[in-house]
Amino acid sequence: MQKLLNNRHFLGLLFMLPAGVLLLVFLTYPLGLGTWLGFTDAKLGREGVWVGFDNFIYLIGDGVAQLSLFNTLFYTAFASVAKFVLGLWLALLLNRNLPFKSFFRAVVLLPFIVPTALSAIAFWWLYDAQFSVISWTLTRMGLITQYIDFLGDPWNARFSAVAANIWRGVPFVAICLLAGLQTISPSLYEAAALDGATPWQRFRWVTLPLLTPIIAVVMTFSVLFTFTDFQLIYVLTRGGPLNATHLMATLSFQRAISGGSLGEGAALATLMIPFLLAAILFSYFGLQRRAWQQGGKD
Amino acid sequence: MKQDDQKTEGMNFLESIPRRVVTLYIPLGIFVFVLLFPFYWMVVTSFKPNAELLSREGNPFWVIAPTLAHFEKLIFNTPYPEWMLNTVIVSVVATFASLFCSVLAAYAIERLRFKGSRITGLMIFLAYLVPPSILFIPLAAIVVKLGLFDSRWALILTYPTFLIPFCTWLLMGYFRSIPFELEECALIDGATRWQILVKIMLPLAVPGLISAGIFAFTLSWNEFIYALTFISSSEVKTVPVGVITELVEGDVYHWGALMAGALLGSLPVAIMYSFFVEYYVSGMTGAVKE
Repeated sequence: MQKLLNNRHFLGLLFMLPAGVLLLVFLTYPLGLGTWLGFTDAKLGREGVWVGFDNFIYLIGDGVAQLSLFNTLFYTAFASVAKFVLGLWLALLLNRNLPFKSFFRAVVLLPFIVPTALSAIAFWWLYDAQFSVISWTLTRMGLITQYIDFLGDPWNARFSAVAANIWRGVPFVAICLLAGLQTISPSLYEAAALDGATPWQRFRWVTLPLLTPIIAVVMTFSVLFTFTDFQLIYVLTRGGPLNATHLMATLSFQRAISGGSLGEGAALATLMIPFLLAAILFSYFGLQRRAWQQGGKD
Repeated sequence: MKQDDQKTEGMNFLESIPRRVVTLYIPLGIFVFVLLFPFYWMVVTSFKPNAELLSREGNPFWVIAPTLAHFEKLIFNTPYPEWMLNTVIVSVVATFASLFCSVLAAYAIERLRFKGSRITGLMIFLAYLVPPSILFIPLAAIVVKLGLFDSRWALILTYPTFLIPFCTWLLMGYFRSIPFELEECALIDGATRWQILVKIMLPLAVPGLISAGIFAFTLSWNEFIYALTFISSSEVKTVPVGVITELVEGDVYHWGALMAGALLGSLPVAIMYSFFVEYYVSGMTGAVKE
């Protein structure tokens, strides 16, 4: 027994046991089960039978599912680009020599740490059709005459949801990029400045290349979280008006849990996987290779 | 950090004060304003009497007659305190259970280097990338089958699916930074692996444990989709789900109570975060940097 406990292979497996069992039962198995459910007509509380590609064929022809795919792509693309640009800008600002630097850094991260469902309620109230303080301010400034119907009009609702998502995501991108910026030695900037590089050139040829690897990882995560977002839309619009803001995640919830057709919802969730893989591969390998070409490691 | 500040001082003289204001303070001010305004709005709304909330006259940015009525309603006329208790129980238990599993797993992968440890480490990272939005439907089926539906156990057992990969990944990084020699010395002195883990590795990895713990706690506190799907009775709901599903009734929105609920639900994580900012940030950036 003692000898067995000193064998690192045996002990390693023993130590992996609790984590391994939990992850196998509640992560790996559901991942497979989800794909399987997509090929059945399972309802909530009832086993389904194999129906082949019926769910997928139905979903591909379904207008609402198509719209949700468009919405998800629009939401992800728009919000990710904005989060990257604003996050990088904020990180550069925070990396400057600044009084109360750590205070600012702490405050900036707040939107990321409070429960999204709860901050989304604050946005819901900010976007209220009758009492929105944004409309109030714009009216007083004389920019608009009528209160904006933020969540009642399809395009307004889409942009309002994207704005709330950007608000939540910028701190994460900014703080992670700031951590990357802090590893760049100031002497590189001094050397570049001595050689006559303008601030833009210093950013373009010193900061950006050295930051690329971390940008790749941060943006992979950001795209992943945005593509699979659920809470914000569920709280703000429940997919409305007229399904204009339904994401694939919210639609699959509606179909599977509210509507009870587990099979259809699972098929919709399964359809997200190829897009996720593509996003991961694209941002990861795309940006990694650029880093490697510019002399970064790996 | 201190050193960096002094180093960057070097090129500051190149910048004039007005330029600094335009390129640094104004943009930063706008960022901070936008990022914090929803919180300010939450606070202001939760103290406003209904009459002020629903009037378009006057200045909406300030409260004229602050009231605690919304908080009173929330605490005495809704199951809010119960939701709070549930959230605390679920988050604490899930966090500690995940930490326990993660410490063992990270030590095994990083230090015992058993056969297949590299591939296991990679699998853990991939598990971290699986989003809850594609897992909740099959998990709902599993939870029902196991008879856990509508109980706290459903959440306590499913939250580790996103907590363990994260914590393990973070702790692997911490364990890697502890010199091998310490372990070798202990082995020569006749310590068992368990003793090494408990008496040498863990005390040295305390900052990592705090980072992982804080992060895991906030993740479980903020979790929404599983709690929404697996729970239906009011008395086992968590705060985010309770506020969304029960305080929103019909077409009349009780904005004051909603905002008070959102504020109280955000406070615990915000307070904890304010005490452990450094740990939280190093947890977040550490997981991304690896």
